Amino acid sequence: MKKVVTGNHAVSYGVKLARAQVIAAYPITPQTQVVELLSEFCASGKLNAKFIKVESEHSAMAACIAASASGARAFTATSAHGLALMHEMLHWAVGARTPVVMANINRAMGPGWSVWTDQNDSLAQRDVGWIQIYCESNQEVLDTTIQAFKIAERVLLPVMLILDAFVLSHTSEPVDIPDQEQVDEFLPPYNLKTKLDVNNPRAYGGLTNPDHYFELRYKIQKAHTEALAVIKEIDEEYKKHFGRQYGLVEPYRCDDAKVILVTSGTITSTARLVIDEMRDEGRKVGLLKYRVFRPTPREILRDILYRAQKVCVIDRNISFGHGGIFAQEIKSVLYGLPASPPVYSFIIGLGGRDVTPKDIREIIEYTYKEETPAEPVIYRGVRL
Amino acid sequence: MKEIRFHGRGGQGAVIASEILATALFAEGKYVQTFPEFGVERRGAPVQAFLRFDTKPILLRCKVYTPDDIVVLDPMLVRTVNITQGLKPNGWILLNYPDNLDIHKTLQLHPEFKNYRLATVDATKIAIKYRLGPKTAPIVNTAILGAFVRITNYVTLEQVIDGIKEYVPLKIDENIEATKEAYEMVREIQS
Repeated sequence: MKKVVTGNHAVSYGVKLARAQVIAAYPITPQTQVVELLSEFCASGKLNAKFIKVESEHSAMAACIAASASGARAFTATSAHGLALMHEMLHWAVGARTPVVMANINRAMGPGWSVWTDQNDSLAQRDVGWIQIYCESNQEVLDTTIQAFKIAERVLLPVMLILDAFVLSHTSEPVDIPDQEQVDEFLPPYNLKTKLDVNNPRAYGGLTNPDHYFELRYKIQKAHTEALAVIKEIDEEYKKHFGRQYGLVEPYRCDDAKVILVTSGTITSTARLVIDEMRDEGRKVGLLKYRVFRPTPREILRDILYRAQKVCVIDRNISFGHGGIFAQEIKSVLYGLPASPPVYSFIIGLGGRDVTPKDIREIIEYTYKEETPAEPVIYRGVRL
Repeated sequence: MKEIRFHGRGGQGAVIASEILATALFAEGKYVQTFPEFGVERRGAPVQAFLRFDTKPILLRCKVYTPDDIVVLDPMLVRTVNITQGLKPNGWILLNYPDNLDIHKTLQLHPEFKNYRLATVDATKIAIKYRLGPKTAPIVNTAILGAFVRITNYVTLEQVIDGIKEYVPLKIDENIEATKEAYEMVREIQS
């Protein structure tokens, strides 16, 4: 069924189709609509899930972890300060190997108080061990939500799917919402081998002395490494069922490209138009959509980018004292390759400032023209 | 691609109007994208909503800067908001405007309206007649849509009525009647 829905509601429909069993959430703009619709599904009986109202995001994640450990498919959604408040529990979800799925609507951190989009909230959680997937359209949001449960439960790692505040969360566009039977065929019930059981009580997460802790960490990293192949496989399987797939990353018109632009989130969508326009003019430019951010799809990024003469990266985020976070990742991926292309780093659109085709075009033009970037980080559109 | 901007006040239903129109266009085979002005809406404060539609998928994800047409749900907004900002020449301005006031006085204050096509409908009167919202703050969105599809022909009245059935939670019949009445009552103003 095709329906015109917001990005937020695309998440809700995905969670309903995935038959989540426990939803625990605390409202925060711009996420609230996600769980608002889910609470209606629960109240009306359209979704057979326990909706747990909690007093904070920290508790929301704690509830999800416990639900997941007891064998229930668990979901929550949040943004910005809500995600920051969850920080401790984000580590816990990973360490306990609970396959919780969360939607984070990218919202800038305050102060100055903002509800608009940038990626600093989710990227500040880069190192907690969650799988992170950045989405470009409402269709991708719905599809990724369904995929996320399957990925999480296969590798026993929590998955965060991420979408831009307002530009997706509050924007309505046509979304193909699959039938329940189709989704049931793709996504079997969550079946945890060892689960919390009141009749056979056990304690989890106890003191782990230096003889054991390191191995647990190693196994988390190993699971991340193995997750790359799993995400790819599930994405291909998804295509067989639903006709759509997204890849770990997506190269767009990168063959023979001299300059490749790297983007994430909704900027990718607008950038496609710019690439098409410049290709029509005979310019050899391409686009790389960075979708799965953690685990890092190192090999595929290298394979696509090393052939370019120059790479430019757009970051809607900033690691203070360093620069754009995606650019930093791309540089690290390319390091050590013989004759690796120079990386031009651009920061744009913080706090939801609009990013237009003109902005994107000028970034590509600059990279094309300039022998080397004038600064290690170029701030596009900052008014000084 | 066509781009439409709705001007209203929080509570008048500008965002829902845009969503109903998007659903109607989608039902007729168009690709659509609609979004409110990004921010925190407050009842009575000026709000905007935007709609894009096209015959191919819409990849552009930035604000609407140069709309093809604008729809104004509150006549008083003309005084405080630069409603024609970026409006393409010869685009439609559809204004909710009281029948008992002379539009030419507004035109004298806004000579720039001459660059566009102007149409008015008393959507407030129609909404009050069908008891849509309180008398002091009627919900005019369904009425104004009837007028808009009449002047633009972007989509049929029937399709908009189907959209209303999907989106409007209460007084569906009254909303449909208001839409039909505005469809009949809208007038192009010759400047």
